[in-house]
Amino acid sequence: MGAWTDMAFILVVVLDLFLLASSRLGAAIRAVALQGALLSLLALLLTSSGHSPGHMLVVAGGAFLIKAILIPWLMFRAIREMAIRREMEPLVGYVPSMILGGVGVVLSFAFSRGLPLPTHEMHPFLVPTALATVWTGLLLVVSRRKAVTQVLGFLVLENGVFVFGLLLTDFMPVMVEAGVLLDLLAAVFVMGIVMFQINREFASLDTDALSSLKD
Amino acid sequence: MILRALFQIGLLLLLPPFLLGVVNRVKAIVAGRKGPPLLQLYSDLRKLLSKGAVYSRTTTWVFRAGPAIGLAAVATAGTMLPVAGQPAVFSFAGDFVLFAYLLALARFVTALAALDTGSSFEGMGAAREVSFASMAEPALFLVLVVMARATGSLSLSGMLGPALAPAWRAAAPALLLSAIALFVVALAENSRIPVDDPNTHLELTMIHEVMVLDHSGPDLAFILYGASLKFFLFGALFVRLVADVGTSGFWAAEAAFVVELVGFAILVGVVESFMARLRLTRVPQMLVGASVLSVFALVLLLR
Repeated sequence: MGAWTDMAFILVVVLDLFLLASSRLGAAIRAVALQGALLSLLALLLTSSGHSPGHMLVVAGGAFLIKAILIPWLMFRAIREMAIRREMEPLVGYVPSMILGGVGVVLSFAFSRGLPLPTHEMHPFLVPTALATVWTGLLLVVSRRKAVTQVLGFLVLENGVFVFGLLLTDFMPVMVEAGVLLDLLAAVFVMGIVMFQINREFASLDTDALSSLKD
Repeated sequence: MILRALFQIGLLLLLPPFLLGVVNRVKAIVAGRKGPPLLQLYSDLRKLLSKGAVYSRTTTWVFRAGPAIGLAAVATAGTMLPVAGQPAVFSFAGDFVLFAYLLALARFVTALAALDTGSSFEGMGAAREVSFASMAEPALFLVLVVMARATGSLSLSGMLGPALAPAWRAAAPALLLSAIALFVVALAENSRIPVDDPNTHLELTMIHEVMVLDHSGPDLAFILYGASLKFFLFGALFVRLVADVGTSGFWAAEAAFVVELVGFAILVGVVESFMARLRLTRVPQMLVGASVLSVFALVLLLR
């Protein structure tokens, strides 16, 4: 059991690194979907030490439905509608962003022990994985040009927050978590509409086009 | 004891060309061809050794020394590698540094010999080979450091010896990550397909093959044999890391080792058959990715 949980956490971090390196949007969306599925699996794997299995089951099922199925489906629809396949010129190249991601992973694993936590730590990898995933999401949001990749970055960021939230599942009511998941879905929905608008206006998804003035 | 050492050296010297034959056979079968015989490289080597060498007037002794030093360096590195978990012929604390740098020495003399021909084409190949190697080397070292840390031993014999099985039980995720990184490094170092195509003779895409265009006869035989030996070394490192079958008897362990090496060759052949060559700009990305993976493995261990 312990080994499987370890592997799931490590796979989440490896997927972070993969996302920083991949230029194909399809592969990146699949990676985000897999990460979402892993998160719901982690929610189940960590139940044994929790108190209310029913609660965890709802959280895991909701996360799987929204993060691993619904949102990837929406994203695939978006890239099909807008006929784009890959991120062409990121602001920060793939190798530098991978190195930055690696630095983030190292720092979060090295220093997370010193962080004071309000509860006991459920798993030694939980906090560093959350920090590394949040860091990856931030990097993706600021270093990519295409709106689709930025949305993916936002999703990764949210995945990191979700991992951190696993720490507090005993205290958080189901309604709050369901609300967070619905918010996420709504946000991706709105972003999809915005992406469609950008695409129609500029015939590309390059967000740099938004910063140039026009009559 | 002497007999066993002799057997291990014999395995090291005789098996490598067969492994490359296995890789080529797998590629041929996947592509629907019959392919060359499994022992083709032995015949090639015999043919090349019986021929004379041709030297250009612009070359100096550096060009002639290159293949010999290269082969000697790789063979010496081979004597430090434990075969099937038995202690290696030479073994001392820190020998993995010498192991890595003997391989680097072989690459250095090959690149030097290529530059010595004065051909701009070979110079380009040398530049590519060296720049990729500079990115593969940190990854290789990080993998070795992870293994050293996991087993608590500073020599290759200790890292790949009996201490490996308990290390897998204690730190399986870290070792798994470093095994993936090691496989990527092995493909890059042996100029296999995602990085370089060993069969290509198209000048825009060649890396390793460019550097040896001017060598002929016994020199070319040395280079081909050295390349197969290097493949054997990385294969031995990899199979020992991932597939440590705890057989006790000496001969059983050796037999399992040979079977595993053939399995490694089949794996490489399958990867080559189903993957396209990466663009040159993507290769550094893959190698840096391998380094980052092994840094992650090291962090997991050091925690």
